[in-house]
Amino acid sequence: MIRAATRIAGMILTLVVSSFVIFAAMYAAPGDPVTFLIGNPENMTPERVAEVKAQYNLDQPLIVQYGLWASQAFMGNFGTSFQYHQPVAELMATRLPATLALVAMASVLFIVAGVGLGILSALRQGKRTDSTITAATTLAASVPSFVIGLLLVSIFSVQLGWFPVSGAGEGFLDRLHHLALPAVALAVGAVAIVSRVTRQSMVEQLSMDHVEAARSFGLAPAKLIRRHVLRNAWGPILTMVALVVASMLAGTVVVESVFGISGVGKLLVDAINTHDFPVVQAVLLYMVITYMVVTTLVDLVHPLLDPRIKAKDKKS
Amino acid sequence: MSSLSTSTLASTPVIGKKKRDVAYLLSLGFLMVVVAAALLAPWVAPYAANAVDFTAIWQAPGAAHLLGTDQVGQDLFSRLIHGARESLLGPLALLALATVFGVTIGTVAAWNGGWIDGLLARITDVMFAFPGLLFVVLVIAVFGKGPATAIVALALAYAPVIAKFTRSLALAEMARPYVDAYRVQGVGGFFLCVRYIIPNLTPPLLGYLVVLFGEGLMSLATLSFLGFGAQPPSSEWGLMVQEGQSGIIQGHIWPTLVPGAAIAAVVVAVNVVGVRLSDRLNSRFER
Repeated sequence: MIRAATRIAGMILTLVVSSFVIFAAMYAAPGDPVTFLIGNPENMTPERVAEVKAQYNLDQPLIVQYGLWASQAFMGNFGTSFQYHQPVAELMATRLPATLALVAMASVLFIVAGVGLGILSALRQGKRTDSTITAATTLAASVPSFVIGLLLVSIFSVQLGWFPVSGAGEGFLDRLHHLALPAVALAVGAVAIVSRVTRQSMVEQLSMDHVEAARSFGLAPAKLIRRHVLRNAWGPILTMVALVVASMLAGTVVVESVFGISGVGKLLVDAINTHDFPVVQAVLLYMVITYMVVTTLVDLVHPLLDPRIKAKDKKS
Repeated sequence: MSSLSTSTLASTPVIGKKKRDVAYLLSLGFLMVVVAAALLAPWVAPYAANAVDFTAIWQAPGAAHLLGTDQVGQDLFSRLIHGARESLLGPLALLALATVFGVTIGTVAAWNGGWIDGLLARITDVMFAFPGLLFVVLVIAVFGKGPATAIVALALAYAPVIAKFTRSLALAEMARPYVDAYRVQGVGGFFLCVRYIIPNLTPPLLGYLVVLFGEGLMSLATLSFLGFGAQPPSSEWGLMVQEGQSGIIQGHIWPTLVPGAAIAAVVVAVNVVGVRLSDRLNSRFER
């Protein structure tokens, strides 16, 4: 209980500081914030200046500005986009489904592939299959995701014509079809990490005495793995999977750009290119919050799922 | 910064020792060739980096153009070699910057403890709250695009990571008896850190930095691909991939494949060397 409270307090403190960094960043820009926020000097009309000053309460002290901005953001009001002249929250709401669908599909892929390869690796420990899996997944993780994405487009969309070249699709099946390649591109890097952790955790469990005992009693290998190895091994695997998903929620920028998916990541890149700072702030804040909340949640839920950790905590 | 990226992968030796030796030597040789090509670019490259030739656009690899040409007939092999300079110097500069700050802060935090240590912990906490390249993206949104901004921003993101690593190494080092021996003799803290502790941290730090180099190269290439890093007419590899992107729909894969494969090959080689280096240096360090 105390552990959970301090963890949550720590998360909130970090969130406050990082949101302050996101807000106050505009003061680090060369020139004064008004010129920075307007960007293009041609747009420097008195109305525009007034609009910007009102949106950011620029005539107040910095800490008050931040407070007003943060409390508005807390209620889901991120101001108005300078580019689209639309509330930022609305923009985000239209972009989120594509990003979430992409992350969900990529998660399914990397969990199945990563855990599967990890288990295979652990069972063939030290054999050729093991080293091949390690080498192949590590190699795949060294290829930048934008290169993987473009290669997939070239092979499966352009040469074979199996998948569309870009877009996120409408409706469930069409979306699955559109997001298949992007999801693969997003998942490839994660497979290496997850299979590595799975292998490690399995190998540790395989060498335990109770597993040896169960094996000597003649328990069927499949049952042995399921009941005695995987059940104890899945703690670290689950933690890693959650961490990867958390960073994916904030890491779709590149893949969305490659495949022209109008998700949140693409929104961020476009906002930087068009100098639309309210949108940049909102997207960054959303990504940081999601990441922090998911990672904190993992920390809190983990001991509930695995009583051994709680026991260890008490002892220390 | 990115606890989930290549540096976490670069551990647990599964592959046999002999094979690892071969991989290490091959990687080292490959990297030496790449560095030599980058250094000697104007002499090695058959064409200038931006020599446009509209009579030879989108050529497949052949005798005239070893790796083919792009949409305006620029020789990909030559662009690759010229681009190697920026692609390799970028991560080097970023690591140099991040190391100077990171090692200083990490050592001071370990030596002094107290509020400096606490501050470092808070800063790393905030940095880790920005997953992936998001902190860098924020800096670029504020200061504008360009290779210099990208490098400085990444250095800012890496410095706390290096500081944290240095801190843990330095704490272990300070527990060793020779440090007390010098202190008893009245050797000052600053002198002791600079003359004895930091040099002793170099071996394990070096292997880590080599692996970070690969990560930095990927990050910089990614930023250039997004249009935030290197700008045309540079032939930085990430930018080359981005420029090759337009040809893909028309079925021209070489302008994307060539720089993409170059990035991947260098990152793999760097990781192999980095892991091997830290293994070897660590074992000497521990002995």
